[in-house]
Amino acid sequence: MIRPAGLQSLLVIVPAFNEQGAIGGVVRDVLHSMPGVPVLVVDDGSVDDTAFQARAAGADVLSLPHHLGLGGCVQAGYKLAYELGFEYVIRLDGDGQHDARDVPRLFEKLLTSGCEMVIGSRFLAANGSETSVLRAWGIRFFRLVLRPILGQPVYDPTSGFVGVNRRALGVFSRSFPLEYPEIEALVVLQRRRFRFEEIPCKMRPRTTGVSSITPVKSLYYIVHVLLGVFVNVLKYERRLHRSGEDAPRGI
Amino acid sequence: MQHLLNVATVTSVLLLVLVLVSVRRAHIRVEYSVSWLAAALVLLLFSRAQFLVQAAERVLGVGSAPLALLMMAGAIFLLIFYRFSVIVSRLRDDNIALAQRVAILEYHIQSIRDHANG
Repeated sequence: MIRPAGLQSLLVIVPAFNEQGAIGGVVRDVLHSMPGVPVLVVDDGSVDDTAFQARAAGADVLSLPHHLGLGGCVQAGYKLAYELGFEYVIRLDGDGQHDARDVPRLFEKLLTSGCEMVIGSRFLAANGSETSVLRAWGIRFFRLVLRPILGQPVYDPTSGFVGVNRRALGVFSRSFPLEYPEIEALVVLQRRRFRFEEIPCKMRPRTTGVSSITPVKSLYYIVHVLLGVFVNVLKYERRLHRSGEDAPRGI
Repeated sequence: MQHLLNVATVTSVLLLVLVLVSVRRAHIRVEYSVSWLAAALVLLLFSRAQFLVQAAERVLGVGSAPLALLMMAGAIFLLIFYRFSVIVSRLRDDNIALAQRVAILEYHIQSIRDHANG
C-alpha cells in the first residue's frame, strides 16, 4: 500500500484506459526519474492488460469497477491521495506522451512557488512539441476566453500534465469536472483565488494505442468546455454575492 | 380537427396502458411513471374537451386548434424530458461517486490482505 512519507510527500497518479502498450514504460520512466516516489495507476475500466502491466512495472493500481471517463478517473486518484494524506500529487497521462523526466522540475516548482497548481505547458517555450492544427486553434481560442476569467495568461490550458498541492487536492477530491476536466479545473481553482503557474514541458508523439479525438468530438469538446467554464463562473459569482465575502478560500 | 382529437385520445390511452403495464412488470419504477401518467391524462383531457383546446388556441394565439394541441403535447413532453434529464444527471453523479468509493475500498481491502500475507 502506498503511504505518504514526510512533509513533502508526493504521489504520481496516471489515469489509464486501455493503455497496455504504454503504461509499463510510463511507470518505469516515472520511477526512474523520481526514485522512491509512489506511482498510482488509476485503471478506468480497461478491458486489456493495463492493470497487470502497471503492477508489473512497479505501480499500485486503483481499479475502477467500470469506465467513468477522464474526470471521474482522475478524481478517484485525487480522492485516494487526499484520504491517504499526501501533500502533493502530480498527474500525467498513461499514453506515454508526457516526458517523465519533467516530473522532478514540476515537483520543484510546486514546492518553491507555493502555487496550488503547476501546469506542464507545451507552448510556454519552443520545445519541439507538436500538435494538430485543429487542436492548436482550439487551444488558442481557449487562451483568449480564459485570459479575462483567470486574470493571467495560460499557455496550455488543456495540458494533462499537472501538479497540485494539498489545498487544491482537497477541492478536487470533492468537486472535479467529470468530462474534459483540465480547463474547468483551472476556473474552479481561480474562483477560489488559488494560484497556478506553468513550466515548459515536452510532449512526445503517441507511439501506442489510438487517440479518441475526432473532429465531431472536438466540436463537442469546445461547446461542452465553454458551457462548463461559464457555469462555473456564474456559480461562484453567485456564491460570492450571497456570502458577502471577498472570496471563498480553502475547501 | 375531430380526427386529430381522436388520434390524440387513442395515443394518450395507449400511453396510459403502456405505462401502467410497465409499472406492473417493474420495468418502470412508480415514482418515474408519474410524469408519463400525468402527461397521458392531460393529453386525454385536452383531446376529449374541445373547449379546452379552443381556449389554448386563444391563449397561445396560434389561430389553429390542432396546432395548439400539438404545441401543448410538445410542451408537456419537453417538461418530462427535462425532469428525466435532472434525474439522469443526479444518478450519473451518484454512480460515479459510488464507483470511486468501491474502487477505493477495494484498494484498501487488497492492501490489508497484502499486509496480512506478509
